[in-house]
Amino acid sequence: MVVIPAFCLNCCSRQLIQQFLGTVLLLYCFRCVRSIIRSVSVDLNNDASLLIDIPDALCERDKVKFTVHTKTTLSSFQKPEFSVPRQHEDFIWLHDTLVETEDYAGLIIPPAPPKPDFEGPREKMHKLGEGEATMTKEEYTKMKQELEAEYLAVFKKTVQVHEIFLQRLSSHPILNKDRNFQIFLEYDQDLSVRRKNAKEMFGGFFKNMVKSADEVLISGVKEVDDFFEQEKTFLLDYYSKIKDSTAKAEKMTRSHKNIADDYIRISATLNITMSFVSLQKVEGRVASDQELKLTELLRYYMRDIQAAKDLLYRRARALADYENSNKALDKARLKSKDIPQAEEHQQQCLQKFDKLSESGKKELTSFKGRRVVAFRKNLIEMAELEIKHAKVRSSIQLYYICFIMCTNELQYAWGICKILCEQI
Amino acid sequence: MFVLLCFQSGPASLTTEDLSTNANGPKQASLFDDDPDDLFAEATEEVSLDSPDRDVLLSDGPSPAITPMTPPTSVITPRIGHAHDDMFTHSSFDEFCCVLWLNVVFLVPGDGMNAYMAYKVTTKTSMSLFKLREFSVRRRFSDFLGLHSKLASKYLHIGYIVPPAPEKSIVGMTKVKVGKEDQSSNEFVEKRRSALERYLMRTVKHPILLKDPDVLQFLESSELPRAVSTQALSSAGLLRMVNKAADAVNKMTIKMNESDAWFEEKQQHFENLDVQLRKLHASVESLVLHRKELSMNMASFAKSAAMLGNSEDHTALSRALSQLAEVEEKIDQLQQDQANADFYFLSELLGDYVRLITAVKGVFDQRMKTWQKWQDSQMMLQKKREAEAKLQFNNKPDKLQQAKDEIKELEMKVQQGERDFEQISKTIRKEVGRFEKERVKDFKSTVIQYLETLLQTQQQMIKYWEAFLPEAKAIS
Repeated sequence: MVVIPAFCLNCCSRQLIQQFLGTVLLLYCFRCVRSIIRSVSVDLNNDASLLIDIPDALCERDKVKFTVHTKTTLSSFQKPEFSVPRQHEDFIWLHDTLVETEDYAGLIIPPAPPKPDFEGPREKMHKLGEGEATMTKEEYTKMKQELEAEYLAVFKKTVQVHEIFLQRLSSHPILNKDRNFQIFLEYDQDLSVRRKNAKEMFGGFFKNMVKSADEVLISGVKEVDDFFEQEKTFLLDYYSKIKDSTAKAEKMTRSHKNIADDYIRISATLNITMSFVSLQKVEGRVASDQELKLTELLRYYMRDIQAAKDLLYRRARALADYENSNKALDKARLKSKDIPQAEEHQQQCLQKFDKLSESGKKELTSFKGRRVVAFRKNLIEMAELEIKHAKVRSSIQLYYICFIMCTNELQYAWGICKILCEQI
Repeated sequence: MFVLLCFQSGPASLTTEDLSTNANGPKQASLFDDDPDDLFAEATEEVSLDSPDRDVLLSDGPSPAITPMTPPTSVITPRIGHAHDDMFTHSSFDEFCCVLWLNVVFLVPGDGMNAYMAYKVTTKTSMSLFKLREFSVRRRFSDFLGLHSKLASKYLHIGYIVPPAPEKSIVGMTKVKVGKEDQSSNEFVEKRRSALERYLMRTVKHPILLKDPDVLQFLESSELPRAVSTQALSSAGLLRMVNKAADAVNKMTIKMNESDAWFEEKQQHFENLDVQLRKLHASVESLVLHRKELSMNMASFAKSAAMLGNSEDHTALSRALSQLAEVEEKIDQLQQDQANADFYFLSELLGDYVRLITAVKGVFDQRMKTWQKWQDSQMMLQKKREAEAKLQFNNKPDKLQQAKDEIKELEMKVQQGERDFEQISKTIRKEVGRFEKERVKDFKSTVIQYLETLLQTQQQMIKYWEAFLPEAKAIS
């Protein structure tokens, strides 16, 4: 893993960037990368007692190593500020242990970050390697740029998603006190040993139960509470709609990318020089980022709604358990056998169910508020970006129309025109 | 702030209209006789796709795109100066060009495949060549093909670049004939109509071709004899194919000693241009396809977002999502229109020029053939002279006279061959110059039109998003 210094395209600061298999990859320093994309949910990092962020990440062939940085005023931690390296699998371990913890059954566990997917850039890299002999120098450079940009986009997304996961945890009044969470943040050794132990202990049993019991349970159980009845209907319906919207938004993004790729090929044919294009590409990438905002927003809330649904399932199961314990109690009373155990069991089930209902109600209400705020923020930002980019583009176009009309530099203008189109 | 109109270059009102097509008339001769070489040299410099100057102009370092890139003033002034000379040397700019346009009339009914599409060709002109100022006629597709084949047979072999006619499309036309009133057949008809219109305009812009009696007849007379030989499966069609194959073979065997560097350079130039235009054309076609896809995906996303908005229980958010759906739908419509613009402006233009370049290359080939003919007759003359010498030696008086007559004939033939060769070379020089100028104008005006559509799309998008923004902000 060779790290070489270079200049950031955005702030021109001298930052360390990484080399991805021989290609100089990142065009920006990490700070600028993060400032270009915004968080999908609300500003989570505003409680000064526990501030978490991912300031850096390295990518090796298959694995991404995140640097998790914590700043805290809480005495439960050994130091006020520290960083640890973590892998994606560590995040999954943390998520799963939280899900398996009985005490948190009444909470919406923030959805686990999806695995970093570098399949797209990897494919492109293959094509690049294979076609190197047959492509012209310009085409090769172009494809390399495409590859870099795509890699950058995937990288940004995956860091964002992992960061949000941690920030959701740190802002949750109950979850942020979890012992495993603290270990995750603080433990300066490799977590892989713990991960293996955890797998052996639980074996994913609980999770499998949830997955299979699923729809049958949630629709079969008779709801006693209006609030939950409404929420159930709403969430089930909303989930299918948002899933559909996410898929359609992804298709839209892909079409936009195809168009951008076409323009890259066109400008390659016209032999436009590199420096000019990379400037325009900055614009181009930022413009497509805004599309990603919409897609990412939808995708994230799809997962979040799944987590909310999981909460409903757990409550529904608790309700089913309670009803079963009632039936068992009645049977015991009939048979006059083991009555105290049955009574105790019934009491436990009732308590558990009540606890779940109470915390569930709180969680779902705050979830709705969170969702509305996040949608608002992202929709506003997306609209503002669209307007800004359209204005910049149209001013450039106007400029070039005048330019063409006043000179005979046709080929030059023709090339410019093509570059402009890359923006759309 | 945006930087607009940062330069005041000379006659800023030099729009494409000013440089419009040259009129024809008696003064036309001056244009073609003693080429002011500058005019043509200028044209070639502008239009080479791989001119090294361009890179220099473009690599202005890491400055942001909006910095004014003032081209070196030396580039602007002389060219505009030339352009002015242009207008005056071309004589009559009070005798304006002939303008025409095509409208699709209707499908003339007939049984099955005998039905055909009739096009109405309207011409408006002030030229004395024509009897009226404005008139229209009805023509069908085969009439256009017939016109082209007549012009090609008359002018190609003496070096004039005859614009190629649009290609036949049996599939496309069959769908229309069958009577399918759907999107694709409408598109096909529109595509063909605009292709025919462009073809005619190009033909008419050519000062020599315009005066050809066949062209005049095509434009003016109400009745036109059916051009049967243009049918694909006719004997004439087969003959054409055979000739094309023979030509291709011949081209490979002719080894011409090129004495004129200009021709060598030009041929190379057109080869390069051909390759690049084809690549560009393919990319633009892919662009059109993807943009249409984008528009489809946007439409389906808009529907999905509307449904999401319906199921959302927070009222303000629900309304905002519905608004988002509406915006996306409107933008999808915009994208579709833009795709059409992409197509009709760029893709068709590039396609036309790919075919035109083929015609230009054909003209160079004709020159080679002419040269070959000249060489052949020279060789024949040589042989005959040797034969004559032999006869003289062997003292055969009657055969000698015959030989002397043949030699005289051949000498004239050789002289004619040389004259033909020189004439075709001269004609090609003028034609190429005219072609390049036309091409620059064509591309320029199309690019401007295209940029204008892009601009419009952007302005509309701004409006839509600005209307959406307060809705998004209203989510409490």
